[in-house]
Amino acid sequence: MTITLFAFYVFAATAIGSGLLVVLARNPVHSVLWLILAFFSVAGLFVLMGAEYIAMLLAIVYVGAVAVLFLFVVMMLDVDFVQLRSGVANYLPFGALIAGILLMELGMVYGHWTFAGEAGNLLQSPTPDLTEVPNTYALGQLIYTDYIYLFQASGLILLVAMIGAIVLTLRHRTDIKRQSVVAQMHRDPAKAMEMRDVKPGQGL
Amino acid sequence: MITLEHYLAVAAVLFVIGIFGIFVNRKNVIIILMSIELMLLAVNVNLVAFSVHLGDLVGQVFTLFVLTVAAAEAAIGLAILVCFFRNRGTIAVEDVNVMKG
Repeated sequence: MTITLFAFYVFAATAIGSGLLVVLARNPVHSVLWLILAFFSVAGLFVLMGAEYIAMLLAIVYVGAVAVLFLFVVMMLDVDFVQLRSGVANYLPFGALIAGILLMELGMVYGHWTFAGEAGNLLQSPTPDLTEVPNTYALGQLIYTDYIYLFQASGLILLVAMIGAIVLTLRHRTDIKRQSVVAQMHRDPAKAMEMRDVKPGQGL
Repeated sequence: MITLEHYLAVAAVLFVIGIFGIFVNRKNVIIILMSIELMLLAVNVNLVAFSVHLGDLVGQVFTLFVLTVAAAEAAIGLAILVCFFRNRGTIAVEDVNVMKG
């Protein structure tokens, strides 16, 4: 068994095992942590395939942003998660049945498919030789030329998502003290302070 | 030797785990969102596996866009979740009947 094959099996088993634990863990915080492990193992699979850029993107975007966002929300919401898990035992047999059927169907499809004869001639942009051009470089050459409009559009999607998330969660709270810059700037030093002559032993 | 089918099998199992998670955790929206992330991850594995096997780089470009949309979806979904929790004090999906006519 070569080291590559061994690494593949380690990453695949970790991804599948942690994927299952995401779904079945009792504590949602543990679920998120297992999700992070699943993302890391799939990033390892991508590295094995030779898609380093996507692997690093997965580690940065998914682990660094999405999973941490999940962790943040899970910890911020004060929810009784035990109560939310109450029906799991009822749904488990049905879910397992559906999953088994789907897996069987996918297995049948994967067992009996072949590439079409002309599939090799239909390549949109063939991968350059990896010894000459690294994966990231080749991908950048493609994204910034042929797919520049789609790339910009995905940037717009992220912008819209950011604005949407802020608009959805922003709220004006009335029960807190706020800084009013205009009021501060229009303060008059003459009116801000008042001199009182306090007599000894009397007070105000 | 790792073949294309190896990666396809991993992706299929991950995808089915995602569907299984949606069926099992029917009350907890956070786990459902995480299951959707798992399914999108499986799709990404498929795309990259075919891209590498066929020698066509477009599959990886497409993975990039799927990743973008997944990140945006997670952000918006969690924002809606926080909003809903503020209004209702719960995140149980069964109680989401505000829009019912």
